Amino acid sequence: MTPAASNPAVDEAPKPKKFVIICYSGELEKTWATMILASTAGAMEMETTVFVTFWGLQTFVKDRKRITGENWMQKMMSFMQRPGASHRKLSKMNFMGMGPWMMFKLAKKYNVSKPKELLEMAKEMGVHFVPCQMTMDMFGIKPDDLIEGMGEPIGAATALQLMTEADASLFI
Amino acid sequence: MANLEIKQKVDASGLSCPLPILRATQAMKTIAAGELIEVTATDPGSVKDFAAWSAATGNTLVEQDSSNGKFRFVLRHK
Repeated sequence: MTPAASNPAVDEAPKPKKFVIICYSGELEKTWATMILASTAGAMEMETTVFVTFWGLQTFVKDRKRITGENWMQKMMSFMQRPGASHRKLSKMNFMGMGPWMMFKLAKKYNVSKPKELLEMAKEMGVHFVPCQMTMDMFGIKPDDLIEGMGEPIGAATALQLMTEADASLFI
Repeated sequence: MANLEIKQKVDASGLSCPLPILRATQAMKTIAAGELIEVTATDPGSVKDFAAWSAATGNTLVEQDSSNGKFRFVLRHK
């Protein structure tokens, strides 16, 4: 047993909890979950990192970007799934946008913040959003295509290191 | 404890999770250590959420009450 009372380190502020989200999916409902947890973790002063990969990266492309990529396949991919936090589709009941439209109507009625607003608050609260280098390469997404304030791109090994050091990590 | 000096009031009435917590955090950033904010909310989940948030951040939940579906929290900046 360590004599806690005589240890000056114990009297210092406790180490912040670490939280990692692997943001893999690009659907509206999953993006929403990611943004709610990321912003709240930031508010709870947890050291929060969101690793953005595969379809998740589409959410972090600027809303006004319509097409990303260099070759026709990459361009086609972005054309078929419009990038940007404001253009997410539901995995079920999308109905050509009717589903998301109703979701946003309900969100407004019940004062629920949209994913994009939560994303802004999360950034304001110091949450780190880091893109996956491999996804950027594969989809031809340039750093300039992404929203402001993203971290330097990282790889799977760094993501795993973050997860093993974290107090909690989620794959969404 | 009626004469606590509230530095800032946050009306989070009608707002859903996690907005009461986020609004409180934003308000906390505008006040100094030891100062108080008062949050009003209608989200029933906010009772447990503010307890969890206080425990995590080290800010103190000084006072808490509820009446007619309104919840009031007085929080001290650490």
